[in-house]
Amino acid sequence: MDETLKTAPPEAVAPASIEIDHLDFFYGDHQALFDINLAMPAHKVTALIGPSGCGKSTLLRCLNRMNDLVPVARIGHGQVRIHGTDIYGPNVDPIELRKRVGMVFQKSNPFPKSIYENVIYGLRIQGRTKRSDLDEVVERSLRQAALWDEVKDRLHESGLGLSGGQQQRLCIARAIAVEPEIILMDEPCSALDPIATSKVEELIFELKKLYTIVIVTHNMQQAGRCSDLTAFFYLGKLIEMDRTEKLFTNPAEKQTEDYITGRFG
Amino acid sequence: MQTQANPFQHRQSTVRFLESLASGTIRVGTYLVLLAAACIFLTIGYKGAQTVFTPHWPFVNTEFFTEKPSTLYVFEWEGKKVEMSDDRFRAFKAAHKVEDIPAETYAHSAGGILPCIVGTALLVLGSMTIALVLGVSSAIYLSEYSRDWWLLRLIRLAIMNLAGVPSIVFGLFGFALFVGYFKWNVSLMAGWFTLAFMVLPVVITSAEEALKAVPQGFREGSLALGATQWQTIRTNVLPYAIPGILTSSILGIARVAGETAPILFTAAYVVLDRYPWQVAKWTDFFFQPVQALPYHIYVVSSKIPQNEYTERMQYGTAFVFLALVMLISLGSVILRIRLRHKLKW
Repeated sequence: MDETLKTAPPEAVAPASIEIDHLDFFYGDHQALFDINLAMPAHKVTALIGPSGCGKSTLLRCLNRMNDLVPVARIGHGQVRIHGTDIYGPNVDPIELRKRVGMVFQKSNPFPKSIYENVIYGLRIQGRTKRSDLDEVVERSLRQAALWDEVKDRLHESGLGLSGGQQQRLCIARAIAVEPEIILMDEPCSALDPIATSKVEELIFELKKLYTIVIVTHNMQQAGRCSDLTAFFYLGKLIEMDRTEKLFTNPAEKQTEDYITGRFG
Repeated sequence: MQTQANPFQHRQSTVRFLESLASGTIRVGTYLVLLAAACIFLTIGYKGAQTVFTPHWPFVNTEFFTEKPSTLYVFEWEGKKVEMSDDRFRAFKAAHKVEDIPAETYAHSAGGILPCIVGTALLVLGSMTIALVLGVSSAIYLSEYSRDWWLLRLIRLAIMNLAGVPSIVFGLFGFALFVGYFKWNVSLMAGWFTLAFMVLPVVITSAEEALKAVPQGFREGSLALGATQWQTIRTNVLPYAIPGILTSSILGIARVAGETAPILFTAAYVVLDRYPWQVAKWTDFFFQPVQALPYHIYVVSSKIPQNEYTERMQYGTAFVFLALVMLISLGSVILRIRLRHKLKW
């Protein structure tokens, strides 16, 4: 009876759109991104594709300032705006930013804690302790991550006991438990088998109703299946960005065509 | 049907000869190490057991574990040779109402080593606490917070150099700084800090290794959820590094318990007439000198005339000392295994 109530989306998660404006990015003396201009609309899935080392993961990590952790990383020029706010501006706290911009990593990284504690980790560090709230968040997040039915009887067992695909969905549940507006996914399926991959892809399709999603992928079929927009990167430059079906069927650039048809990369 | 000659047949060659020579040498070397270790442990075990254990109930030499070291008196009484400690000799004279009995005296050869055991335990506890607090803090700073710049490289160089400093130099340093300059005198406090500084490099280096062994994904996952760095360290890094830190502190414990040189001028007395807990004010506790097992072994082995009576003390003390260090190490190993089991990834 309560089923519908509990699975109902959290009220009024305002979707954000991301604008990247003439962004240059450096690791020390090495320039990793050249003059990137890109807008990612709310409630859409934007896929970043391109060969290894083309800067797509770097760009993704610029969006929640995870690059701050790399000592030599720096923005040379340009802005990244979320909701119109320059996230590298002087009054931006990366801690607050990361609460709003969640991230799912390439290698699933559940903490060596129980499934329950994994999901509520983000709330615990915010100081939320009310048991009923936490219980509710755990159920909602796991349902949204399509994991609830598989783990509801063993919430207090270690998250590391789950299969690879389940672990990745647990990481997604952990990211959405703090109700972010944007979810960044860094090759979330690269370590998963095809069945687990398709589950995560279905999940991405569901999640875009609630969140703006940016996904880095090596798998072009995946980009084609689950994204609305695709951006193709090569050697730190944005070559082309378009609606996904347009980019895959009728790319404007020769380089894009060569890449998606498998002639290089 | 003709059987083919075996193509894999063993052939003599120089390479084969060198192979057996090398493996033989390596094997003999290893066995020699084993032999040396066995000699040391068996000698101390055999000779020490004669002091520590008794052939009759309660099978343990209780006097050895419950009394202070005292002077041994050996004298003739009614045609028999009698051995007695200082206190008992006096009581004996009073009981038999004799002024004096001609006796041979041997310093430190009677009584027990209780104050030494207590002293060593106190030194280990205090110095390891200090070393762990300082060392783990430094390791967290070095591995989690600091960025690679010249000061950091200088700190690392300093830590490495500190590890190479002979322990007697730490003793002198402690004597100059804590005993002399801080006016702590020869005391537990001075000994604690001297020993703590001595093991700091070991603790820092291994705590850093333990922190580095925690997967980067735990940190990133936590930070990406909006945790501060300290929240990340406290909840998602340090708990998983603790088993590794404990492993390394086992080495530290053995070293702190065993070193004589650092406490020579800073904490140890040859003999004290009070136990450490017999202090007037609680603050006096920290500023009193103590007796310690390694220093006691040093004293009974080289500072007093040697004879068959002192030898019993030497081996008895060494035996207890070894057993104590093994016990502490065993405790840490068990603790580590239990933590590992609980915090596995």
